[in-house]
Formats: sequence, C-alpha cells, structure tokens
Amino acid sequence: MIKLTMPISDDQIRNLRVGDTVFLNGVMLTGRDTVHKWMIDTFIEKNRKPEGDDEEVYQAIKPLLEGGVIYHCGPVVAGLDTGDYAFVAAGPTTSIREEPYQGRVMEHFNMKGVIGKGGMGAKTLAACAEVPCVYFHAIGGAATLIAQSVKKVLGVHKMDFGVPEAIWVLEVEDFPVVVTMDSHGSSIHADIESKSKAEFEKLIA
Amino acid sequence: MKDYTENFLELVRLTATSMPPDVEKALKESLEKEEKGSAARGAMETIMINIEMAREKSAPICQDTGTPIFYVHYPEGWSTRKLKDQIRKAVALATGKTYLRPNAVDSITGKNTGDNLGDDHYPTIHFEEVEGDTLTVDLILKGGGCENVGAQYKLPDGRLSAGRDLDGVRKVLLDAVYQAQGKGCAPGFLGVAIGGDRGSSFLASKEALLRPLDDKNPDPQLAELEETVTKEANKLGIGPMGFGGKTTVVGTKIKATHRLPACFFVSVSYMCWAYRRRRMIIKGDEVIYE
Repeated sequence: MIKLTMPISDDQIRNLRVGDTVFLNGVMLTGRDTVHKWMIDTFIEKNRKPEGDDEEVYQAIKPLLEGGVIYHCGPVVAGLDTGDYAFVAAGPTTSIREEPYQGRVMEHFNMKGVIGKGGMGAKTLAACAEVPCVYFHAIGGAATLIAQSVKKVLGVHKMDFGVPEAIWVLEVEDFPVVVTMDSHGSSIHADIESKSKAEFEKLIA
Repeated sequence: MKDYTENFLELVRLTATSMPPDVEKALKESLEKEEKGSAARGAMETIMINIEMAREKSAPICQDTGTPIFYVHYPEGWSTRKLKDQIRKAVALATGKTYLRPNAVDSITGKNTGDNLGDDHYPTIHFEEVEGDTLTVDLILKGGGCENVGAQYKLPDGRLSAGRDLDGVRKVLLDAVYQAQGKGCAPGFLGVAIGGDRGSSFLASKEALLRPLDDKNPDPQLAELEETVTKEANKLGIGPMGFGGKTTVVGTKIKATHRLPACFFVSVSYMCWAYRRRRMIIKGDEVIYE
C-alpha cells in the first residue's frame, strides 16, 4: 500500500506501476465533461474568449493542479441551500469521454494524476509517459463508500455548470485508488481489451 | 383520488439507496467466484461494502442516480395526469433530500434544472391501464455510464457475420459486451430486445430489465440464448470494473417483439452492477414496497 499527498512529485509518479493500490491525501478537484471542454476551449486552444469569472477560476485552480489531481466525478452534494456543503455520494464517472482532451489538460497544468473509471486510451497513455502522470481507477458505483474519504468541501467553482459538472475543491483522506495506467506505457485497460478481443473472435468465428 | 406523493418519494428513496435482494444475492455469488487477492475480488468486496453502507445511511448507492424511469400500471378510472403530477413532485422532493442527483440537463443550453424535472420525457413515465383495483409502479434508475454503452444492431451485420437468426443475435450481444469493456461498470446485466422499430426496440430492451433475475424465459429458445450469452460473455474475461476476472455479465434477459419484414433490430440496454429497480404496490390502504 502506498500513501501519496498532493502535490505529487515526478519521482513519486515514476515509482508507480499498474496494479499499485494508492491512498491519496490532500486537496483535489473534480472535473468532467463541461470542465474539460471549457479548459481546452478557453485556455488551451483559446478559440473562445474568457468570460465572466473564467480568468479568476483559472488562476484559482492552476496552483492546485500543479502536481495535482483531477477526479472525474459528478457528486451528490448536501447543503446546496446553505452553502455548508457535504459530499453524500461521489463515485467516479466514465473517463473515456475526456479522451480527446485529457492529455493536453495534463500537460497544460502539469498534473500528476487523473481519477476515474473504465480507463482511457492511447492519447492519454502517451501523455502519462510524457508529463509524467498516471491514471488512478476508483471503484465505479461505490459512491457512498468513496464519499467517506472526502473530509471537507473547501469550495466550488462554476456552479453555473450544474452540481455534477461544477469544479469542487476537496480535501481527501486515504482516498482509495488503483493505478491502471502508469507513466511507463503500461495500461491494464489496453491489456484486457486485447485479451478479450482474442476470446471474442474465437466466440464469433 | 388520494395523494400518493409521499409513497412515490419512498419508492425513489428505496430504489436509489437499497439494492434489490435478487441483485445483491447475484453480486455476492459473483464475488465468491473471483480469486482471493485479485483486483476483481477487491472491486467486488468494495461494491458489497458500499451496498451495505448506502442502505445504512440511506444514501445513494451510486452518485449517478440516472434517469428515473417509471412504469405505472393503474386501475380503470384513475387520473394519469394526477399520478404524473405526484411522481414529478416526488422526484423533485427526492432531489432536495439528496436521494437523487440533479440530472436533467437542457440539451441546448447545458443548464441543469436542479430538481430533476425536465420536459415531458424527463423523468420518463410509462402508463398502462390494467384490470382490477391495484396500482403497481416499477421504477428503474439507470445511470449514464451504462446507458452510454448500450447499442442497437441491424441484422444482418456484415462486420460480425451475424445473420438474421438467433446465432446472429448471440454474436451482436457478445460484441456489445466486448465493446463496453469495463466502461459500463461491469459486472453488468443485459436487457435485450429482438425486433420492433428502433424506438420500440430500445423500449422493450429496458422492459426486459424489469424481470426478476431468477425467472426463466417462457420461450425455451430465448431461455437457452440468455444462458449462452451470459456464459460466453464471461469467457471474455473483462471482469469487474474491467480489471479482468470471472464475471463480466451476471445475467441476460431477452424479449422478442414483432418487427417489420425489412427490419431486424437487436437492442441492448446494458445495466451496471448498481441495478436499481424497485416495485411499489398499492391496494386500498395497503402499500407494499418490494
């Protein structure tokens, strides 16, 4: 078992291998479909001008993402009326939808990890080797259990994206994940896909 | 007509937070099949702990509380307008109580309504009048991850050499499971429809998910196909979460529906392990939650 605290160093990432169980501690951000598209459009490809609080949010999240982690998650949150937020259910969402964006987002912010489920593809795996960064897999659907690792909601940005799509800033303690894509080119997902393909071809032959 | 809003609210709470007994039992059996110390077994253990904790805390099993899909069988003379009104009220209340995540997003503006009330299709409510004096309401909460890996095939399918017969159906179902990998939160369940038009086919595939896991298809050919598909899907070795392992598909339920001569659709509604479906029966003053 390995414990890591954000911000994570390059050396710590290079030491991780697929199959490692890791407990994450410290501050992380949630971000999924709308957030990734917003980052790419506004700050990476810059084909859209910053509007409203865009610039302010960007400056606020930038230092947290340096050596930091994005969690693909759209939580169920209590306290929406009072602002005294608490995570009720917070499992990972399917990561592959961020495949067109993830590698560039990792590079841009010098992130060290992404947490999600279902794994990601070749572009992200290549970026993991380059940056370096890893893909952490959380157990999909285990939402009530995972919410116990969120000790505090430190804040939220972009509530206009809606509760599931907003950027939630979290303090976590022993957040349980497994490395399924490492910074040395290994991916459990690519491996299982090719093994299952061979079986599939036999079954439909 | 009485106001059943509170009963609908309880149905939503129960569905979101408490796994149906047949599903829980099947998942437990799947856990036992995985090797001790494997990532697959670890995933299944986490899943079982989560199921227990969600029930205890009355919190959602999965944060994606999905599309609420109601199937309402009502006696003659009841107002579907009032029932719909009460269901919508209950859904909004359940969202306020964090049994449901606000999930209704305007497809054009991207704005989340915040209370799970969208247009006429959201939440989805199917009404059917029945004989007798019993109101039966089934609710399925179907998450987006598994909905995204659903698929519709048109037979014949040249890519898969799948013809217009049950062996062709078998091939495309295995393709759907292979394509899904772990992305639909395996181990999953397949709701399948053979036939229909594109719309009615997907509708029937979801209705197949209302069947109890331990029932047997009355059509012996389909019963056999259900077993074959489950068994062969598990040979793919995708396993829980796509970590590799013994159980990829826990069960398959197939419904055949009439089709046009020109069309031969096979529709798959993939259900994640968090197979949330519950039934409420109201007869007079008696309310039963199954």
